Amino acid sequence: MSLYTETITSLRSKLSAKEVSPREIVESLLKRIESVDPKIKGYLWMNAEEALQQADAADLSKPLGGIPIAIKDNLNVVGNPCTCASKILENYQALYDATVISKLREAGAILLGRTNMDEFAMGSSTENSSWGKTRNPWDIDRIPGGSSGGSAAVVGAHEAIASLGSDTGGSIRQPAALCGCVGMKPTYGRVSRYGLVAFASSLDQVGPFTKTIEDSALLTQVISGYDPRDNTSAPQAAPDFLSDLKKGVKGMRLGVPKEYFVAGMDSQVEKGIRDAIQQFQSLGAEIVEVSLPHTEQATAVYYILATAEASANLARFDGVRYGHRASNPTDVLDLYGRSRAEGFGSEVKRRIILGTYVLSSGYYDAYYNRAQKVRQLITRDFTEAFQKCDAILTPTSPTAAFKIGEKSQDPLQMYLADIFTIAVNLAEVCGLSLPCGFTSEKLPIGLQIIGPKWGESTILRVGQAYEQSTTWHQQRPNL
Amino acid sequence: MEYEAVIGLEVHVQLKTNSKMFCSCKNEYGGTQNSHVCPVCLGMPGVLPVPNQEAVTKTIQTGLMLGCHIAPRCKFDRKNYFYPDQPKNYQISQFDQPLCEGGGVPLNLFAFPKDVQNDPHVNFNKVIRLTRIHLEEDVAKSFHYDTSSGIDFNRAGTPLMEIVSEADIATPEEAFAYLTALRQILVYGGVSDADMEKGQMRCDVNISIRPKGQIEFGTKCELKNLNTISGVRRSLHSEIARQIEVVSAGGEIRQETRRWDDAKGQTFLMRIKEKAHDYRYFPDPDLLPLRTDQGLFAEAQRRVPELPQAKIKRLQSDYGVTEYQAGVLASEIAFANYFESAAQPAKNKVLIANFLLNDYLATSPDVTAIPIPPHYFTEISELVDSAKINSKQAKEVFAEMIASNKAPAVIVKEKGLEQVTDLGALEKWCDEAIVANDKSVADYKSGKLGAINALKGYVMKMSKGKANPSVIDEILIKKLTS
Repeated sequence: MSLYTETITSLRSKLSAKEVSPREIVESLLKRIESVDPKIKGYLWMNAEEALQQADAADLSKPLGGIPIAIKDNLNVVGNPCTCASKILENYQALYDATVISKLREAGAILLGRTNMDEFAMGSSTENSSWGKTRNPWDIDRIPGGSSGGSAAVVGAHEAIASLGSDTGGSIRQPAALCGCVGMKPTYGRVSRYGLVAFASSLDQVGPFTKTIEDSALLTQVISGYDPRDNTSAPQAAPDFLSDLKKGVKGMRLGVPKEYFVAGMDSQVEKGIRDAIQQFQSLGAEIVEVSLPHTEQATAVYYILATAEASANLARFDGVRYGHRASNPTDVLDLYGRSRAEGFGSEVKRRIILGTYVLSSGYYDAYYNRAQKVRQLITRDFTEAFQKCDAILTPTSPTAAFKIGEKSQDPLQMYLADIFTIAVNLAEVCGLSLPCGFTSEKLPIGLQIIGPKWGESTILRVGQAYEQSTTWHQQRPNL
Repeated sequence: MEYEAVIGLEVHVQLKTNSKMFCSCKNEYGGTQNSHVCPVCLGMPGVLPVPNQEAVTKTIQTGLMLGCHIAPRCKFDRKNYFYPDQPKNYQISQFDQPLCEGGGVPLNLFAFPKDVQNDPHVNFNKVIRLTRIHLEEDVAKSFHYDTSSGIDFNRAGTPLMEIVSEADIATPEEAFAYLTALRQILVYGGVSDADMEKGQMRCDVNISIRPKGQIEFGTKCELKNLNTISGVRRSLHSEIARQIEVVSAGGEIRQETRRWDDAKGQTFLMRIKEKAHDYRYFPDPDLLPLRTDQGLFAEAQRRVPELPQAKIKRLQSDYGVTEYQAGVLASEIAFANYFESAAQPAKNKVLIANFLLNDYLATSPDVTAIPIPPHYFTEISELVDSAKINSKQAKEVFAEMIASNKAPAVIVKEKGLEQVTDLGALEKWCDEAIVANDKSVADYKSGKLGAINALKGYVMKMSKGKANPSVIDEILIKKLTS
């Protein structure tokens, strides 16, 4: 078995037994990337030299000592490009490390390269990248999901042991489901956002892509914790996510929301989820029906609040201090107008315009304010549901990976790709996706496990019990 | 027709803090261009703001000093507009939940320009009500050259209070007094140096006129580029005259922004306001709601100092000075502190006030950096009070004390100025004076008490100016009435 197929956990034991060296791991991955990434196009930028240097200097006593991690292109790594897959940040180099990057460095990780994404994390297919489309490792004619499609695809294609992404409405969980890996969206406030280029500040959260639940627990552990640079990060230490991991689900109550099995859901996806629910039952969990009645409004609420925040967050990209600047502007308005018109792609423009509109005087109450109120109701739905159960099981995505170009001309269809994941961000709770089967076309299906605020230990434990009783996570794409 | 002006002021005050509002860069005036900057205050991708507790505390303290209601809970909002001096193209400010609401600035005689301090028509004790005080971040400073512009981000992110008054101000002199009184309180509290010339206190003026007695407001104009308090007064005189001229000639005032040109003494049109700008305010999702009731309020309250009006009252009762004297002393906290350290050990405290307000102010208007130590004032007043020197000699000693920075006792010794207080000698001279001035003695005894001055003058002449005038007084009165 090649080293690139290993997990963090298995490599850690091989490293401490001195069976392998960090350099061998990096070299194995570089070779793998060289052979498959021309097909997948998950990476935007590599610094092989630096990764090898970090490998040689790795401190194996640290929790991620010698383990390479791929990074989504919207997380600042000092000296690396940080383009958010946007022309407006072409040639931009980060001036500082994001807090999660500092934490990775402190834990001994090797920073492997930058992964593709939808421009400014706006999209569900990674087709909105200015630097080309990333392919699904299980079928390269299909999308890997998004917006963290690059981070999901490189883990799914075993071009990375693990990676970091960001999740605003499903941008970790949905591509994880579509690429057959584990994706964790931690509770809002669990992980520092400092250094993550903001899309929607009240929803964004950084999280890991891994091949197993145990790796997810390990990586989530490393990046969690209070950060004085992020006013919205919770002033509390993260618990040990590994300590309860293997305790099983016997006696746990798992909720199934009736609203999540909707008409239009792919029947194979539905079957995959129903089978998983059965599996939990056979593992000794009690399945209870719960209700999340405002789920239906979640997508509308999301596209008001997220775009409103984005319209302000993206205002700083104006060609004045950094990034793309239009040539020969006649005055400052021309500089703004053309720099932004040339720099942003059409989906980003669409969302800036939408966000500007919903905040405009005369519309603010009808849209922004109202959406905030419904957000409260969605949050309350979860609070009430978690009085009846320990975690909630849903599909991650209504369909398996769709074809490239299939939905790119229809933004509304694309927005529906996130209907099962969006409410989790709005309610600030945590959720993960893990493989729970394949369609007849051998496309991965993802199961979403949602936990209450600060409930990462619970959903990791539920995920671990399922993963250890199935073999889906051991399957590999043919590349 | 007679017109009256309606004036409201928006004052921006930079807070005196070590660091900026949302990052740890130095908050310092001057410095090499773009030297006090970091990714946060430059608005680089991915950065987040962290509120400066000291700035919040100082804003609450300001609110407490001005009698505002302090919100137990409030939030920061984003104010969206594009401008190159604003790194994020939104300003973190406060929209519908300011830290402080209500309150007011009490005017006082000394806050008014000197030339109207005797005007019987002026109400010196008016209180200008405040609408609100909120906290925000300052923008960068732009420089415009022939074919390009430059931006210095040192100022970007400086904590800034916006203090909004009600349209309670009726005259340019009241505007002057408002700014002076406000500045005085801000400096008293140590919340800002409030130096207008350094841009630490900046002022936008809204001004309209209406026929006297009319209730509805006229159309207002906004004045900009006001860099001194007296400039605000001058600009208002000019603008009121302009508006009256327009209306008297049958014209209408347009809502516009006008720029004050201090050299030309006129306001000039900058832009016409067609409609209100839509700033698309919304709560900043990067910042948690601000709780002031968990320690910040108590800390701010602890810092509220004695304010000018209370100080004036206390100086009167503790030191026996007049209201006028107390008012001048309290006009600058440094001056009042100087007076108190000189007066506390002195027997005759009023004498110290007299020396400071008459003799010292005649030599210099600078009351914040008096070049001699306060105990010299204690000393010179002791010399006078114990009749070691008389008031005429005191003037001489005082001038020398300022000029040479020598202690008064030293000067007296060098000049041989000790007064004669030898009672035997004084009694003898008094007897001689009574004998030599029959008429004055008779006048005095018939009730013309002023006649005693002639006798006093005689004694002074005999003593070559060294006799103690109050002792002479005592002896003469005793002798004339017994």
